[in-house]
Amino acid sequence: MTRPPVPEGLRAHPRLGQWLAVAPDGRIRATPGKVDIGQGISHALRLIVAEELQVAPLLVDMAPPSTRHSPDEAVTSGSLSVQHSGAALRFAAAHLREACRARFAQRIGVPTAAVTLAAGVFRARGERAGYGELADAGLLEAAVDTSHLAPRDGRASALGALGRGDVAEKVFGEFQYIQDLAPDGMVHGAVFRPRTLQAQVHETVWSRLLPRLEAIEGVSQVVRDGLLVGVLAEGEHALAQAAERVTLAGLWQGEAEVPQPHEIAGWLQSQPLDSVVIEQRQDQAPAAARTFRADYGRGWLQHASIGLCCALAQWTDGGLQVWSHTQGIFNLRRDLALAFGLQVDAVTVSHAEGAGCYGHNGADDVAFDAAWLARHAGGRPVRLQWTRQQEMTNSPLAPAMAVRVEASVDAEGRLVAWSQDVWSQGHGTRPGRGATPALLGAWQTAEPAPVLMAVNQPPNTGGGSDRNSVPPYAVPRLDVRNHRVMAMPLRVSAMRALGAHVNVLAAESTMDEIARALDRDPLAYRLEHLAHDERARAVLQEAARLARWEEPGAHEPGVGRGLGFARYKNTGAYCAVVAEVEVQQLARVRRLWIAADVGLVVHPDGARNQIEGGAIQAASWTLLEQADLGPAGVRSEDWETYPIHRFTDVPAVEVALVDRPDSPSLGAGECSIGPTAAAIANAIHDALGIRMRVMPFSADNLMREAQRQGA
Amino acid sequence: MPAEFAFTLNGQATTVRAEPAQSLLDVLRGTCGLKAARLGCGLGQCGACTVLVDGEARHACDTSMEAAAGHDITTLEGLGTRADPHPLQAAFALEQALQCGFCTSGMLMCSAALLRRNPLPGEQEIREALNGNLCRCGVHNRIVRAVQRAAKA
Repeated sequence: MTRPPVPEGLRAHPRLGQWLAVAPDGRIRATPGKVDIGQGISHALRLIVAEELQVAPLLVDMAPPSTRHSPDEAVTSGSLSVQHSGAALRFAAAHLREACRARFAQRIGVPTAAVTLAAGVFRARGERAGYGELADAGLLEAAVDTSHLAPRDGRASALGALGRGDVAEKVFGEFQYIQDLAPDGMVHGAVFRPRTLQAQVHETVWSRLLPRLEAIEGVSQVVRDGLLVGVLAEGEHALAQAAERVTLAGLWQGEAEVPQPHEIAGWLQSQPLDSVVIEQRQDQAPAAARTFRADYGRGWLQHASIGLCCALAQWTDGGLQVWSHTQGIFNLRRDLALAFGLQVDAVTVSHAEGAGCYGHNGADDVAFDAAWLARHAGGRPVRLQWTRQQEMTNSPLAPAMAVRVEASVDAEGRLVAWSQDVWSQGHGTRPGRGATPALLGAWQTAEPAPVLMAVNQPPNTGGGSDRNSVPPYAVPRLDVRNHRVMAMPLRVSAMRALGAHVNVLAAESTMDEIARALDRDPLAYRLEHLAHDERARAVLQEAARLARWEEPGAHEPGVGRGLGFARYKNTGAYCAVVAEVEVQQLARVRRLWIAADVGLVVHPDGARNQIEGGAIQAASWTLLEQADLGPAGVRSEDWETYPIHRFTDVPAVEVALVDRPDSPSLGAGECSIGPTAAAIANAIHDALGIRMRVMPFSADNLMREAQRQGA
Repeated sequence: MPAEFAFTLNGQATTVRAEPAQSLLDVLRGTCGLKAARLGCGLGQCGACTVLVDGEARHACDTSMEAAAGHDITTLEGLGTRADPHPLQAAFALEQALQCGFCTSGMLMCSAALLRRNPLPGEQEIREALNGNLCRCGVHNRIVRAVQRAAKA
């Protein structure tokens, strides 16, 4: 196959023993730095190791990542775990395999080519040996030689049928999530704070509240530091009572200036902006005959994971131990050290799985909260879990966005010019990247660290709000710009797919609109502009085949079909989606047909699960979701005020994988988000003749647009 | 004031000392050490804490210990074992009907209650029965297939 690029994690940690270890009985222990966040990545990584070593997957143990023993693979985000950690482990395992083969050949006195390997056993001249006998400590000290990865010659992954190992544990109620950990001597903690980054504390309220908190049976200590109120108690029941008393007290006066729901685009565009050119092209092109221009957008979204952010922390001998469901154990360690004035070596962060994570949620912040409060716990481990209301109101929001597309076609209808302008806050306030801590609590103590404005990663590492702002289609004149909004009344950060959700909606709605205006088939029109990209054409054709796109079905009133396509980040997985939508009072997605190309498929069922899950989540964002904000912060604080799609809302989904065994594996978790949003918008247009351009496509917004567009 | 409460837990007569207003979920997780029922909201809105009370699906987070006393409570730990799995557990594993798995316990218990009252539910009945149980990973369709598979088992 085309060899995957050598990932940064492997360059920084080239020692083989940093990635793999072998027990005398032949069991393999893999220690990647990427973490399980509900996506089942450790299973895919196990399959990669097992395949390269040619051992049974169940012989490979996956070590839960910890700053004690794992390589620093930065943050588990951006659909990069299979690409980065998977590639590192593939190189490492190929090295281990060939080193063991060479050692065996030398021992027997045969050329390495005479050694066969099957089921983890090397054989030659009637002799045999396994990894446990061959891989000693010295062998694992070698730097990983990346030349050992063999071409696949079209061979698909053979091990993908095996199910995830954690599924049975979870189905039988045996699995321990971070919320279930209960070390000896554990004390429970809660931290209360305003819903805005800055606020006034009503000190008279505080003087009345403090004795009322201390009076709760089971409360052992109440701590105040700036805006933060911490409570330690022997049980969760006492903390629930404390939460009720704090909520009713009205301790803080928030002061966030947030726009009204229908004024978000104007608000974004009127803030101070940091504008950059993402890509420009000025090739020769025929004159423009027609121009299409429109504005797209969304409001702020919430993570709304089913579980609650939770962490445990313990101070011992000046050192800090933390258990966290963070996406980046080393990033969190760095910022905890900054926040508490420690050397990084004095802090250990061990990963423990939480509920599904779809971006930068409150996992890091709750770890700060636990560590901050644990300083008052006399060396006992503190377990700190946010409430549902805290989960919804403390976690970073996914940024609102506004996107303007202007596209022109020549007299033959071919694209000649495309400009795309993106207005959005940065999509990242993650810890581990600045000179001061990016942890919510560290911004709210009596001596607060400065609030850090959200930033975007550079375009060549995936970008942020500009993700997928460059359209995939052939167009001679291109002008794509990003305008980072330099205002952050409420904290924002990364959520699944970042800017791709709106950028793909904008580009794919534009393509659909042009094709309809020219009386062309939207599929054929896209294919014409993708002559340079066979893989893009293949997924579009596969999705169309699944959906029987070409067959002129009987047109049911109020029912429409639409198409959406993107290559995630323009460098990742290809995904095309056909949506069938039924619109009455509200729009319901009946079916989704999805085709994706994630390169060499490691675990087909896992990839399908991620792609379908991403599409279902995207449908919920697109049709239903928008955070409700006010001067006192986030008002949508539970499942009634922030509803998400339920079983009867969810469409039937069919996913086809276009396997490319000779191409490096690409992450699957985010590729379906943008295309799903676009396919839904285009299907609504097909059903009603209304262009929905600003999400959510709720009943109210459908009605408003129907009136505005005169449909 | 704390008091003694007796109930049947996964088939065993059980007595706990608890505040009358303390939630059944807090008692199950904190006092009894049974962690499969999960706290998702504490508001009776998400279904992650679903247990069976006398065979019917109930939210353990907004059931007080006082209200639970005297009843027959089943948690996921009492639904089936690896050696003798409930058909739903076998079907969820076969369909790989989860991603993060945090909602799974509640999904299983709510489905178990459904199959008790309707051994062969149609797809729409399954969706309606599970509508109070939220999933953010988007595994709904796999869960529906698993329940259908278990019903046919």
